Amino acid sequence: MTEQTITRAHLSEAVYQEVGLSRNESAALVESVLDEIADALTRGEMVKISSFGTFSVRQKGQRVGRNPKTGQEVPILPRRVLVFRASHVLKGHINNALAAPSSGTSD
Amino acid sequence: MTKSELILRLAELNPHLFQRDVERIVSTIFDEVAKALARGDRVELRGFGAFSVKRRAQRTGRNPRTGEAVDVAAKAIPYFKTGKQLRDRLNGEETPETADDKA
Repeated sequence: MTEQTITRAHLSEAVYQEVGLSRNESAALVESVLDEIADALTRGEMVKISSFGTFSVRQKGQRVGRNPKTGQEVPILPRRVLVFRASHVLKGHINNALAAPSSGTSD
Repeated sequence: MTKSELILRLAELNPHLFQRDVERIVSTIFDEVAKALARGDRVELRGFGAFSVKRRAQRTGRNPRTGEAVDVAAKAIPYFKTGKQLRDRLNGEETPETADDKA
């Protein structure tokens, strides 16, 4: 059981199969969905996709970090980070599917 | 923004599509991501971020109130790592591709 990496192309293909728009338009719509989500997050909005999860933006304060190589102290500037919380539905979905065929733990 | 607001917004941008098609497009995208994760696959959306599944081994936990040992079963948790371009955008650094003006 080898892991695959799913990309935009797979998502566009799924939209193409499911909705029956042209391949080009399907790809443009996938992009448009990601863009709208990114825009909302950039405005500082939370994005809630029911039964999938919530993307939210968290403000981090300034703190002192350290260059691990030189041990030198460097200030880490305040910044905004994106946090994704999977919904219980998604967590359940993944666990039901992966719990049975456990082929060694890979972390 | 909720999923239904996202659908409304996309319907506005695509007046030639039926709203039910827009709903199917949005649902298909998230369903595909969920299905991929359930297979243990990784979903990589350059510039946006990557979804993957992290496995947690079975362990012995403790009831914090009673101190009693309890078995916690192995589980898998979905994980999202923000893409570089989106991370930069959140912090007001436009990447060349989308930068318009530095005003």
